[in-house]
Amino acid sequence: MRQYAALFKMRLIAGFQYRAAAWAGVATQFAFGFVFILTYDAFYRSSAQEPPMPWEDLVTYLWLQQAFLAIIMLWWQDGELLSGITDGHVAYELCRPYDMYAVWYARLVALRLSSVLLRCGPILIITVFLPARWRMHLPAGPKAAALFLLSLALSLLLVAAVSMFVYILTFITLSPVGARLIIGIASEFLQGSVIPIPLMPKPLQQVLNFFPFRYAVDLPFRLYSGNIAGSDALVQLGIQLAWVVGLVLLGYWAFGRVLKKVVIQGG
Amino acid sequence: MITVQHIHKTFRVVKRGKGAKAALASLFHREYKEVHALDDVSFHIGDGEIVGYIGPNGAGKSTTIKVMSGILVPDAGACEIMGFTPWKQRRDYVKHIGVVFGQRTQLWWDVPIADSFDLLKDVYKIPADSYRQTLNLLTETLDLAEFLHTPLRQVSLGQRMRAEIAASLLHSPQILFLDEPTIGLDAVSKLAVRKFIKTINAERKLTVILTTHDQNDIEALTDRILLIGKGKILHDGSMAAIKQRFDRRRTLTVTFAQHETPVVLAGADLASWSGERAVYRLDTDQTTVSAALSDLGRELNILDMTSESTPVEEIIAGLYQEHGI
Repeated sequence: MRQYAALFKMRLIAGFQYRAAAWAGVATQFAFGFVFILTYDAFYRSSAQEPPMPWEDLVTYLWLQQAFLAIIMLWWQDGELLSGITDGHVAYELCRPYDMYAVWYARLVALRLSSVLLRCGPILIITVFLPARWRMHLPAGPKAAALFLLSLALSLLLVAAVSMFVYILTFITLSPVGARLIIGIASEFLQGSVIPIPLMPKPLQQVLNFFPFRYAVDLPFRLYSGNIAGSDALVQLGIQLAWVVGLVLLGYWAFGRVLKKVVIQGG
Repeated sequence: MITVQHIHKTFRVVKRGKGAKAALASLFHREYKEVHALDDVSFHIGDGEIVGYIGPNGAGKSTTIKVMSGILVPDAGACEIMGFTPWKQRRDYVKHIGVVFGQRTQLWWDVPIADSFDLLKDVYKIPADSYRQTLNLLTETLDLAEFLHTPLRQVSLGQRMRAEIAASLLHSPQILFLDEPTIGLDAVSKLAVRKFIKTINAERKLTVILTTHDQNDIEALTDRILLIGKGKILHDGSMAAIKQRFDRRRTLTVTFAQHETPVVLAGADLASWSGERAVYRLDTDQTTVSAALSDLGRELNILDMTSESTPVEEIIAGLYQEHGI
């Protein structure tokens, strides 16, 4: 365990190294948050019927999405690991006495955690004090807050588990572009980062329930606003946990298989 | 300690003609070429030896190192190192070896080198006491103190290589694999690295296997050489023996006080003569450098001289032609 904890710590240190990037990130997230809110504002004002998601919930959803972007965005991956696969740097990884899947998984979790810890604070604090129409609301209650935090933690584990497949595919195709692009773009839509899932047509919502992505974004953010609550919340958390376990097991198996076939060429 | 027997490794490389047509055709039908990276390689290395593993690019050096460090699985053959088969008992085995790939880095780019070292301490589960001892020793002998707390991206290449070597020795391995440890280094850093390898080998009885293109590395560090070409071991022995066996030519350059008429030497070709500088090519079967010099000394007032043998890489290129491989 000590090995994995140490790597985790290392990734945190490396993440904290770049303060300027963190501040720039915060600024970007604010800009995007305002753009999204302005866009939806136009839709909501011109809508003839009552939209299926209350305005306050939507704004909160959008700000949460910006605050915790580092946890949920799947197109963002550990560039060092990806380039390591293509340029043969993994040679060193293979001479270490540890389980590579576990270590890389820990690295991915740490990468996202270090980034989100640096960035979410200012966004969460400032958006609570914005004028009413722009304001992020507090959680629906202490229970909703607890469920949200639990679910967000599982989101982090879920996103890292899905991410591992980007690395597995990169071992096979030797180019990080394809895997990252496909998983990145598909997940953006399927997890509700482009359009919040409650605003999608009902049949589509049913379909998205069969993918893991929804549980990484839609679930925690709607638990926060109390949009999903009661026994339904517990069932969905159970499904989220099952996805984490299932994807980690599948990824572990697949990772072991590609490692056996690794060829490191040149000097 | 290390026994390698009849190792074979073949890579399949896509073969295709140039141009758009061939590229298009290869989408549907691919032809592969088999490259025998290792072709029946066997050798034995004892405890505490320093062995230089040399050969031109693509000869199979790195492939052998990768097989021996458990990264690559050979197609056939056996390899036993300290009782382990590297690729089968990888996780247990790699605790006992240190590896430096000169062209890659094992340290973290963004963080101080000391943090990377601390990470390795945890990765290899090194007890705190022995870690401190080893680190102190390495810091002193490799002169790391001044940049130990600098992020890797801000240190020079020579400093980085010293840090890399230190990193691969923190867990006190019994075998050290060095794949081109002096690549790109300046003369001073090269000397420092060589001296350190010598010292650690003598003090800790560390077995060292290094690949290099720098003949001076070999001459400074080791008596035993494994010469590999096209996946086959061509020679196992000393550098002098290789030269004796494969290289009988010397290029002798002398500079002297003005002397207009060229001096002809028996058993040597005069390659150029300028009145104060001459180049001879000797065949050591017919004459020796010392005989040639004493003949020249009678005629000329010699100011300076150099005698060069053919670089090892050229010898091997010659061998390729000779054997048609």
